Amino acid sequence: MRKRITKFLEKIIESLLLISGTFTSVIVLLIILFLFKEGAGLFTNTPMEKGNVVALNKANQVNELTPAQFKNIFDQKIKTWKEVGGSSDSIKLFRVDDIASFYTEDQIGSNFEHLGACINDHISKTPNIIAFFPTEYAATGFQGKLVKLKNITIGSFITDKEWFPTAQPVAQFGVLSLILGTLWVSFAAILFALPLGLATAIYLAEIADSRVRNILKPLIELLAGIPSVVYGFFGLVVIVPLIKTIFNLDVGETALAGSIILGIMALPTIITVSEDALRTTPRAMKEASLALGASKWQTIYKVSIPYSASGITAGAILGIGRAIGETMAVLMCTGNAAVIPHTLLQPVRTIPATIAAELGEAAQGGLHYKALFALGCILFIITFFINLAVEMISSKHRGGKHI
Amino acid sequence: MNKIETHNVNLHYGDFHALKGISMSIVENSVTALIGPSGCGKSTYLRLFNRMNDLISSVKIEGDILVEGKDIYERGVDVDELRKKVGMVFQKPNPFPKTIFENIAYGLRVNGIKDKAFIEERVERSLQQSALWGEVKDKLKKSAFELSGGQQQRLCIARALAIEPTVLLMDEPASALDPISTTKIEELIYELKNQYTIIIVTHNMQQAGRVSDRTAFFYMGELIEIDETKVIFTNPKNVRTQNYITGRFG
Amino acid sequence: MKQPDHLKVRKKKQRNQRLAFVSFGIISFSMVAILVVILSFILYHGFHVISWDFITKMPEDGMTKGGIYPAIIGTLYLVAGSMLFAFPIGVMSGIYINEYAKDGMLKRFIKMMTNNLAGVPSIVFGLFGMSLFVNKLKFGDSILAGSLTLGLLALPVVIRTTEEALKAIDNSFRIGSLALGATKWQTTRRVVMPMAFPNVITGLILSIGRVSGETAPILFTVAAYFLPKLPHSIFDKVMALPYHLYVIATSGTNIEASRGMAYGTALVLIMLVLIANLLANALRRYFSKKVKMN
Repeated sequence: MRKRITKFLEKIIESLLLISGTFTSVIVLLIILFLFKEGAGLFTNTPMEKGNVVALNKANQVNELTPAQFKNIFDQKIKTWKEVGGSSDSIKLFRVDDIASFYTEDQIGSNFEHLGACINDHISKTPNIIAFFPTEYAATGFQGKLVKLKNITIGSFITDKEWFPTAQPVAQFGVLSLILGTLWVSFAAILFALPLGLATAIYLAEIADSRVRNILKPLIELLAGIPSVVYGFFGLVVIVPLIKTIFNLDVGETALAGSIILGIMALPTIITVSEDALRTTPRAMKEASLALGASKWQTIYKVSIPYSASGITAGAILGIGRAIGETMAVLMCTGNAAVIPHTLLQPVRTIPATIAAELGEAAQGGLHYKALFALGCILFIITFFINLAVEMISSKHRGGKHI
Repeated sequence: MNKIETHNVNLHYGDFHALKGISMSIVENSVTALIGPSGCGKSTYLRLFNRMNDLISSVKIEGDILVEGKDIYERGVDVDELRKKVGMVFQKPNPFPKTIFENIAYGLRVNGIKDKAFIEERVERSLQQSALWGEVKDKLKKSAFELSGGQQQRLCIARALAIEPTVLLMDEPASALDPISTTKIEELIYELKNQYTIIIVTHNMQQAGRVSDRTAFFYMGELIEIDETKVIFTNPKNVRTQNYITGRFG
Repeated sequence: MKQPDHLKVRKKKQRNQRLAFVSFGIISFSMVAILVVILSFILYHGFHVISWDFITKMPEDGMTKGGIYPAIIGTLYLVAGSMLFAFPIGVMSGIYINEYAKDGMLKRFIKMMTNNLAGVPSIVFGLFGMSLFVNKLKFGDSILAGSLTLGLLALPVVIRTTEEALKAIDNSFRIGSLALGATKWQTTRRVVMPMAFPNVITGLILSIGRVSGETAPILFTVAAYFLPKLPHSIFDKVMALPYHLYVIATSGTNIEASRGMAYGTALVLIMLVLIANLLANALRRYFSKKVKMN
């Protein structure tokens, strides 16, 4: 009997452990589910403010507009109908506030009771008009033609450069500049962190004696423990003013400042992973090289480094992954301008910083909110593939390899 | 003529006294075998001659170790130069994960040789010396890992020969190989001793008997006896040598 | 022999080696210099800010004066909450992976997913926590939502350290116990876990250090901009140290006037991490000595 109970308990414990074991997988799947569900909502909607419509004169041949075309029309970057597939006449903009310049107060009515009729009248009389006004004024008997605003597509989301999530009348959700900004800052960070990190890893793994190593190693681990917000704060009060003075800029919050801070933050990852990789070089291989009269340094760069090349690559990629996902430090140091940067001395905005800065203001369930989740999806996808790459590289490393 | 001499050498790993007052001479162009039970210090002694023990940080060495009459532990001795002169073959074949050709060219390249024709010629000659040329001449660009264990070990010998050492240290070079490969290595050693001073550490007493001219017996960090191999195997002076040879311990 | 000038090659080899070693040494020590600069900078500016009042009083005057008491308490709640969640699940998950799971697809998949979770950016945890805990499960901005979000972030760390700790234990102990007729769970609980315990605890402390400094995951799940009172239940918002630092460093009512407070907050945060690290190291040493004595 007792034996039975024990066996039964064992089974229960085993299944409890199994459940815990699969917990992370469930969480990853849940993250994917929630992120993509919220993010996908962006692509089933038009970026038009709710309760508003856009109307044209009936004679106009144009039936549909993309959000970007729409915005450019109201920004007067597009001036003729020809540019959006219509006649070559120039576009006349009309917002509901403009009504007073066409009709008298009497005509509109003291309580705006005739406003709808006036708008209707104005649209039907002006062939090249594009009008933006509340839906309620386009009630029965409306003479104009309502324009269909196209949905945001995944393609335009990724390739458009303009990120104006709260713009009127149509918000712009183009994330190219954010993606490029993120990659810019991260790669610049690795460009400076990789050589330094690798040099340190080599020093720790191959050159330093154990006494020096025992001092350096915990200190470098400590560097990994400092919270990112403290790095951001340090960047803000030290590096940003320094860059401002050195390069004689108006603002010091630049891609460069972000890159330097991110580089410092990526260093411990690169150092630890590369050092571990270097340590896997078999002693026999190093001894063979030394026995042939190679110097210690020649042995390092001709045997140890090639042998651990894939591990070092994994470290670098992991470092990039950390840099791409880092939020607070970048948010505090880069100036957050949503434009494609051309030099490191310009402000730049990254995906994580955008989410952190804007999610608080975005109405839950609104388009802006969904767009930020879509950004989260992009971030997740990027880091997912980075993790996958690291996984593949390091599992390859364990098998036989060839320099 | 004595190629190598040691006078009263003591070696400590931290607190452990690994070699105790060893004095010994090694004759030029001959094969000297170092035998003795595991942990007796024979491998440590071998590694003195190309200063391989330097890699261990806790090691302390006293006494004189002379190669061609010069103390190799004196200040200012270039260790890389010493290792060019004193080649080494290890217990397990340890080719680099490179091609066969590049394995042998490695020692030349790290010593500053860039002349392509010279390297090619030297690679061929080393492979012929190690009796491997016939087997690999068509696959020099293949990975060294594609060779069998015995071939790999002969490749490692060729690699050591390529930089023209005058001394060859062999640390149980056949212990990881099958009997046929072992025979080939032994034949090779026999060939090579005309041009090289060879010191071989071995566990295998038959092997010592077959290949060496002189044999030294080590026990617990001490050199018990050194003499002509014939004498050691037939008429050792020390009772411990005799016990070991006859298999009473080991 | 047809060789390049011998002496020249030797000299070049030695020169290259010295050059490489010296510059690598300098670079390595400058890594530490970065750490020293950051720490001493914050210590220098924050040291005179820190006082008994600073850590026990509410913020005053638009967070330019007073203390950071509610932020400290908030962070403590969050750390405790997240560990309460992540530690049991993480340790059990680690035990499953190392002791129970058989080599094969499932184990590989679980390990891959755990690695993946470790690589997910912290802001994505924030998004997820907001949409699941705050909105879907209707916890609102609360300690509960924030702790769960932070707990998810800490989970891979706990799992990995548990796994490492278990892996380090020689198989002979397990076999020895099983040979005496102990069941697998008995072996795990009575033999394996006690031996792995020190390293598991070390991992726990390190993840506390990590969690206490995270900002992005709590931005939208719990952190309050300014809340000069202590929480009453797990459904209340709290202030937290890292978010407080972010706020007074970048968007407080008077950034210049609150600089001192920012340095003080940064110093307290760093002290938390430092103490966690030192404690972890000390424990590791203490336990390893104890094991040797037994």
